[in-house]
Amino acid sequence: MNIEDIRKPENIVYRKPALLTDNIMHYCPGCSHGTVHKIVAEVIGEMGIQEKTIGICPVGCSVFAYNYIDIDWQEAAHGRAPALATATKRLCPDKYVFTYQGDGDLASIGTAEIIHACSRGENIVVIFINNGIYGMTGGQMAPTTLLGMKTSTTPYGRDAKLNGFPLKITEMLAALDGTAYITRQSVHTAPAARKAKNAIRKAFEYSDRNIGLSFVEIVSTCNSGWKLSPVAANKWMEENMFKEYPLGDIKDVLK
Amino acid sequence: MAEKVLMKGNEAIAISAIRNGVDGYFGYPITPQSEVMETLMKEKPWETTGMVVLQAESEVSSINMVYGGASCGKKVMTSSSSPGISLMCEGISYMAGAELPCVVVDVMRGGPGLGTIQPSQGDYNQIVKGGGHGDYHNIVIAPASAQDMYDFVDWGFELAFKYRNPVVVLADGVIGQMMEKVEIHPPKPRMTDEEIRTKAPWATVGKPASRERNIITSLSLDSDTQEAFNRKLHAKYSEIQEKEVKFTEYMTEDAEYLFTAFGCSSRICEAAVDMLRAEGIKAGLLRPVTLFPFPYKEISRLASQVKSIMSIELNFGQMVEDVRLGAENKCPVGFYGRQGGNIYTPEEVAEEFRKFNNIK
Amino acid sequence: MAFKGIIEVDTQRCKGCSVCVANCPTHSIRLSSKVNGKGYNYAEMVGDACIGCSNCAVVCPDSVITVYRVKVQ
Repeated sequence: MNIEDIRKPENIVYRKPALLTDNIMHYCPGCSHGTVHKIVAEVIGEMGIQEKTIGICPVGCSVFAYNYIDIDWQEAAHGRAPALATATKRLCPDKYVFTYQGDGDLASIGTAEIIHACSRGENIVVIFINNGIYGMTGGQMAPTTLLGMKTSTTPYGRDAKLNGFPLKITEMLAALDGTAYITRQSVHTAPAARKAKNAIRKAFEYSDRNIGLSFVEIVSTCNSGWKLSPVAANKWMEENMFKEYPLGDIKDVLK
Repeated sequence: MAEKVLMKGNEAIAISAIRNGVDGYFGYPITPQSEVMETLMKEKPWETTGMVVLQAESEVSSINMVYGGASCGKKVMTSSSSPGISLMCEGISYMAGAELPCVVVDVMRGGPGLGTIQPSQGDYNQIVKGGGHGDYHNIVIAPASAQDMYDFVDWGFELAFKYRNPVVVLADGVIGQMMEKVEIHPPKPRMTDEEIRTKAPWATVGKPASRERNIITSLSLDSDTQEAFNRKLHAKYSEIQEKEVKFTEYMTEDAEYLFTAFGCSSRICEAAVDMLRAEGIKAGLLRPVTLFPFPYKEISRLASQVKSIMSIELNFGQMVEDVRLGAENKCPVGFYGRQGGNIYTPEEVAEEFRKFNNIK
Repeated sequence: MAFKGIIEVDTQRCKGCSVCVANCPTHSIRLSSKVNGKGYNYAEMVGDACIGCSNCAVVCPDSVITVYRVKVQ
């Protein structure tokens, strides 16, 4: 069978989702953000909820998420996305509302907002990209930075005495009664990305059932910040990040 | 005939919000304005009008909830007092930058820092000149009675939506805590989804295939884009200064001396004017009702007529700088103020007036 | 049952991160020796072992890969 026989529209099994815009992403080559954006666009498209979805993006690399997924967006101040989402969902309860936040945003300056949104059991989805670093500002230490990890503000490696310990905020949130579904995923391999997609779909579905907040952490790479090639960054993540941030479901109130 | 009810200024804010079709209130307790949220919670408007009322974990969160609600084209508001307003200034700046309508009530107390819980007008510079970062203005309206508190909620939303800009109701502890008769108007319904789509076509209400996506943001990394946006904001503020100035005058027609005062101070000055008039001194009062836009022209006009102007404020002299700008050096401009929650009496104001004007 | 696939790469949008290369079970992708308008060595299919599993496309952060797949007897 020759190539032209295969290259027919009816044989397409995978393509860029319709809800991803044609804007070229500003992310560095190999950045996990692009993959997660794609998955979110796929889930919204497959659920047929474009007209019912409002996204809220953070400050950080994904501040421009609104350029890439074809839905209505609000851009929040640093860390405050869960507050915007809270009001949006309460005022528009028939909508699907999600925030998309990095670890610098959610786990540092935005700890109060995320903890209380979880505690109140807001019926929203939170997608949390944890790459252990501040990407956009140039690779500074985040609360999630691993011990010993070099960043531009921990040039000799993170030292617990000086900088404290990595913050496992996802486990903290699972302890709160207002959360319904808490999971930690990654998108560095195809099976992992497929699992992450199922998790994000479940989170969106749960947010429509008035059972509380659904939270999907994606352990991610920041190859520019980590000073590694994209493939090497994925390997480094498997060997180091997953020890501190093990993958899998942490809480599911419907199970 | 309209119903009259005795209530606190803070309660008037809450009752007015419910009766004027406000969609959401997000707040955090702080003296001297906690009655706003307490009244809302007691009234349970979510069971009647569907209004959302939520106690947030901080003022920072409150104002960002307001940002989220306003992004959806809803009429949303918050209230706080000075230290809490400082925390909200980041969010207000973002809202000005994203051109979002909202009403923020500041029931001022003494500062700086934790200060006192007694009344003050010390936030004038913060609220009228900006507050948060960047080149923006709040529209600022200053109530002087419980009735004003009631009326200014609706007026505030009218201005906020007309100009897509945050409106601050700059009240103080006296106005917030004082009980007065308030005339209650017939209730207004909340906006329907259809009305929101018409009135706020920019709102994030879910993107149908038929239109481009709506994006609420204050971010533009390109210098020229940002400058063009700032020019647009500036044009908006000029239009507001041109069209929306509101003030009241008391005994100014034949006045030889003028007081300027806003909020509770204007009422004390009215009494001082009466006392001075009883002594044969032709005093008058101009009360700016809008602080931004400020009644510069009216002050200029009166500065040509009177021998002097005195600005009376519960601070160390903040509005007086705008009064001086308005007076254009046509007459001397003086100031008298009290701080820390202390409030002048009309007698005290009259005495300071005589000192300033060398009248025995 | 066996599958045969091909991939199509939007070469101008590809950033040459090679995450697809690392995820291909049949070693059917490589980075081209040529560069696109942005100077990236873009991904391209190599050989005829592709089974259209879509792994490359699923992990592609820039969504530049379209996958075609047919059953073969």
